[in-house]
Amino acid sequence: MSEHNQHSLDHHNDEGPHSTFSGYMIGFMASVILTAIPFWLVMADVLSSRNATVVVILGFALVQILVHMVYFLHMNFHSEGGWNMLSLIFTLVLLFITLAGSLWVMYHMNANMMPGMMTGSS
Amino acid sequence: MSHSTALPAAPDSFDFLVREEHHVANGTLLGFWLYLMSDCLIFAALFATYSVLSQSYAGGPTGAELFDLPLVALNTSFLLFSSITYGFAMLQMQQGKLKGTMIWLAITGVFGAAFLGLELFEFYHLIHEGAGPQRSAYWSAFFTLVGTHGLHVTFGIIWLATLLIQLRKHGITVANRRRLFCLSMFWHFLDVVWIGVFTIVYLMGSMS
Repeated sequence: MSEHNQHSLDHHNDEGPHSTFSGYMIGFMASVILTAIPFWLVMADVLSSRNATVVVILGFALVQILVHMVYFLHMNFHSEGGWNMLSLIFTLVLLFITLAGSLWVMYHMNANMMPGMMTGSS
Repeated sequence: MSHSTALPAAPDSFDFLVREEHHVANGTLLGFWLYLMSDCLIFAALFATYSVLSQSYAGGPTGAELFDLPLVALNTSFLLFSSITYGFAMLQMQQGKLKGTMIWLAITGVFGAAFLGLELFEFYHLIHEGAGPQRSAYWSAFFTLVGTHGLHVTFGIIWLATLLIQLRKHGITVANRRRLFCLSMFWHFLDVVWIGVFTIVYLMGSMS
């Protein structure tokens, strides 16, 4: 009985995220390309506009994070009965509030504390 | 085994036992994922701090003057290679090959150590150039953010070495498999954070 139990245990623990060689290779190749392009854009100074470069490399970073999530971390809507995805979405909301909120508030505080502005207003 | 005769056919309780164990095993992975999400929030706060202070040089050196992008690219490739080698270790584990798992894990550890060594070299170089964490708010934020990531990698390597010892002692058991899954998530998560670091800190910092 106990042996049987142990066997079932082993079997069930095989259900963790199942990975394949091709999955890892696709993820790796995509990551190499998605890393190389932004480095090239900045090091070779390809785009003339700084803002355009920032937007493009942030876009590449976002895509690469998605690639890592799917191919390396094996994220999908079904893992752990959807709780993985739910907690991830919750974290992303908090992440957005933290980043956008900090930048927004601090930018305005910085702008209003410029020495030039203070003398101008008084 | 003697008491097994006392339970002739109790499929319900047997089922229940299996389901319970199953639940516990998955509970660890979900719990570890929740830890990673909370870790994500630490990094969010550090990224926000860095972004807010990204121009606060206090008249000191800027990132654009001191960052060595080829060095950062090399470091990034170390971490990326360590991600794929960890993936190979997981594939070997799935096939139940202990030796292959340990070899790929060891290679992952070497890449991680190379990454850490290069980062420490960079820190030493920056401090030597007068851009230590006490120089300006910018460099404080830089060392806190990049240093926290480096600290995570350090603990990842310690964990990896511990797992290597446990693997050699006990083989690929259920518990070790679960630990390998957790470290896998941790390691790949660190690579995800590094994407943010090299994009926002190094690439964007080199442009301004």
